[in-house]
Amino acid sequence: MPKKMHIELTVNGQSHEFLAEPRELLIHTLRERLNLTGPHIGCETSHCGACTVIVNGKSVKSCTMFVAQANGADLTTIEGLGTPDVPHVLQTAFREHHGLQCGFCTPGMITRASKLLEENPNPTEEEIRFGMAGNLCRCTGYQNIVKSILAAASELNAAKEAAE
Amino acid sequence: MNDMTPEREERVAGLKGLGCSRKRVEDARFTQGKGNYVDDLKMPGMLHGDFVRSPYAHARVKSINTEAAMALDGVVAVLTAADLAPLGLHWMPTLAGDKQMVLADGKVLFQGQEVAYVIARDRYIAADAVELVEVEYEELPVLTDPFEALKSDVVLREDLDPAAPGAHGPRKHPNHIFTWEAGDREATEQVLAEADVVAEEMVYYHRTHPCPLETCGCVASMDKVNGKLTLWGTFQAPHAIRTVVSLISGIEEHNIRVISPDIGGGFGNKVGAYAGYVCSVVASIVTGQPVKWVEDRMENLMTTAFARDYWMKGKIAATKEGKITGLWCHTTADHGGFDACADPTKFPAGFMNICTGSYDIPTAYLAVDGVYTNKAPGGVAYRCSFRVTEAAYFIERMIEVLAIELNMDAAELRRINFIRKDQFPYQSALGWEYDSGDYHTAWDKALNAVGYDDLRKEQAERIEAFKRGETRKLLGIGLTHFTEIVGAGPVKNCDILGLGMFDSCEIRIHPTGSAIARLGTISQGQGHATTFAQILASEIGIPADSITVEEGDTDTAPYGLGTYGSRSTPVAGAATAMAGRKIRAKAQMIAAYLLEVHDDDVEFDVDRFVIKGAPERFKTMKEIAFAAYNQAIPGIEPGLEAVSYYDPPNMTYPFGAYICVMEIDVDTGEHQIRQFYALDDCGTRINPMIIEGQVHGGLTEALAIAMGQEIAYDEMGNCKTGTLMDFFLPTAWETPHYTTDHTVTPSPHHPIGAKGVGESPNVGGVPAFSNAVHDAFRAFGLRQSHMPHDHWRIWKIADDLGLHG
Repeated sequence: MPKKMHIELTVNGQSHEFLAEPRELLIHTLRERLNLTGPHIGCETSHCGACTVIVNGKSVKSCTMFVAQANGADLTTIEGLGTPDVPHVLQTAFREHHGLQCGFCTPGMITRASKLLEENPNPTEEEIRFGMAGNLCRCTGYQNIVKSILAAASELNAAKEAAE
Repeated sequence: MNDMTPEREERVAGLKGLGCSRKRVEDARFTQGKGNYVDDLKMPGMLHGDFVRSPYAHARVKSINTEAAMALDGVVAVLTAADLAPLGLHWMPTLAGDKQMVLADGKVLFQGQEVAYVIARDRYIAADAVELVEVEYEELPVLTDPFEALKSDVVLREDLDPAAPGAHGPRKHPNHIFTWEAGDREATEQVLAEADVVAEEMVYYHRTHPCPLETCGCVASMDKVNGKLTLWGTFQAPHAIRTVVSLISGIEEHNIRVISPDIGGGFGNKVGAYAGYVCSVVASIVTGQPVKWVEDRMENLMTTAFARDYWMKGKIAATKEGKITGLWCHTTADHGGFDACADPTKFPAGFMNICTGSYDIPTAYLAVDGVYTNKAPGGVAYRCSFRVTEAAYFIERMIEVLAIELNMDAAELRRINFIRKDQFPYQSALGWEYDSGDYHTAWDKALNAVGYDDLRKEQAERIEAFKRGETRKLLGIGLTHFTEIVGAGPVKNCDILGLGMFDSCEIRIHPTGSAIARLGTISQGQGHATTFAQILASEIGIPADSITVEEGDTDTAPYGLGTYGSRSTPVAGAATAMAGRKIRAKAQMIAAYLLEVHDDDVEFDVDRFVIKGAPERFKTMKEIAFAAYNQAIPGIEPGLEAVSYYDPPNMTYPFGAYICVMEIDVDTGEHQIRQFYALDDCGTRINPMIIEGQVHGGLTEALAIAMGQEIAYDEMGNCKTGTLMDFFLPTAWETPHYTTDHTVTPSPHHPIGAKGVGESPNVGGVPAFSNAVHDAFRAFGLRQSHMPHDHWRIWKIADDLGLHG
């Protein structure tokens, strides 16, 4: 058994410190050690994106990253994006526009979309389809996901304008 | 008094009942990451199971050495067939009347087959231990071609007596499973012999896989103190799983509680019973601790239920004017190593005999031969009702081939052969009674919507431009008019493992006028908690927002056969309406008592009972509910509850007209979908938003199947498509925008006229995409080319037709 490593992480604003085998995958750390079961495991090969989280400001598929690689990082998961009382604009938009069905891809989808809208606050439909291509959905055919993200973008932009 | 006054309209709208695009109640938890899927379960002392799987497709298992694995710290046990045999659990019954090895009993029949089950403290240790189990194999000749299998001396299933009949009658060869026939063979052969025109073609619908984003899994927990087993799992039919577990384990059914928590998509993959479930139950019984087993993606694609793999040889006869006179089909069905198809018992080839489609075909014959090969078992209905997708693809290809033979427009050929509106209820030559339809209206609406005639002109011009060397892109117009058969089904002819395919709903109205409804089905993304509440809201006048819908816990929900084959709305939806009507009948008596009039003097009005002719005198359902719990009403029991077990009198027959306009690059084989128009008629529409979502999703699964997705094997029986790198799931980038439309032809026998919709887009989508590819090359002589139409295969079509110069 390889020696355990000392790991420090900040997840959704909360710091964690623990010992982990170097081979422990980040998705398992989140789901099993920290009980953040929002990110899901769909393929374990980086294809489906159900495990998407934000690591130091970048969208990352946590099923193919060792927790050792995330040592010291600042992470956001779906649980950190919004709360039931104050949901993230995307969380509301996905419900409003029927952007989900079974819900399994949804946490990764919304987490990725939140980064996409930071990278490109005014995306076209085509840019959304391209920017979300790392996240697979088997239920919706994406049409309403695209619609949800477009709606969230215009809402965020309107809020920004109102603030200025 | 039924006038839609603004006041009344407001009351109707407040219910959020039938026809309302009500937002989904499920979404709050899913968008917050607070869903509760099986892999989210965690309990004290929980162990993890993992499988040692066969690298060979056909081999004898000479020995299994578990010593090194057992020596690893954290490993609790390693189970083999020898451990399960004393319990009689090394084999299990399949849904198709066959039996299947739980763990390899002397040999393996497909790559990835379960050989040993490791139980360990965590999933990493279990994975390590899997590597340490030493298995000695002796390779055997591999059969991956069903036609070869029927000729071969290699016997796959040595456990079966070759002379004895199978579950579905006599077997012709040791690798033969069954022959199933429908229709009139002699009459059909005569029609073929005498016809003006006969078109003949082999239509192959390749093997694929439902591949829900969440794989299959379970947690088994045996409480040795009270003797109760709780089994959480990704089950599309939790009640049936409870009965099966009881039958094979000997644990009495009342001591088993099966729970389907949130399910991350099913599409048929989660109907069957898998070795992982049995081994996890045994492991929990042996260890007294909860045991979790969750497949990885490769295990999911390689071992749990595949779909399709039908070789359909067809002959279609017609007059020279194009009137179809007969249809003949012989199907060779590759079932893999065990017959684990999920079909009603009397239908070993599912409802393949819906293969006359939307057409008035007076004479027809179908035969299906099931065959064992060295491939994974399964044969589930991947987002369709029991082989309906195969049937729809077959007839929609045969129509196109006939159109070529007759040199006719394929839209017109369909039109002159549609079953007419006045022919319903329609008796098909292969034994079904279609409930309702208006195909001509739907067809004309679809053709007009896409500007069909203009598209054909554009296509003709494109062909000319292509011939002149001005373009390298061809235009394909993919037409489909499909008829589904869903809502299995009437108990008189539909059962699974002897369990009649009724479904159920139980309703309790609470004293303050809200309610809970429990059903025998289970949502996997369809939004049952939203839509079933809508059915009830319209039936009992309580707002959908005040109705909780619960499914999936066998200790609390009434018995039902689950969710697959688009059966939830036709069967459980009907049970819901019927249970609602029982509530309403009792509410009527209570209202009459409260209003001091005779029962017949009150009538239901949206959310209340009013005195006929005096609508200002009424009792709301809320008032009635309270009265049910606080008044002593002579002759009426307290409380307001009802349960309905609904045995449908017939299937329902949703239909639709789909048109796909596709650009094809002759030199790269790439395609681009310019337009996709989908008209669905699912009868009464419960929630249009959800219907459209279902259509978008089903079309995207159809796109995948038609254009790239397959489970492929090499000649050694190696599965070549075990990861999402090789198994095509379209991304948002590859998926087109869809235009949805509808007509409404209610089912005459369903209490609210609804037919079910979730699977229509997969049934109709696959031929629409495939026909578009074929249509693009029709002018250059293409008749039939097998799916999936990936870039290479389309390039190959062009190359074979000499279009690369």
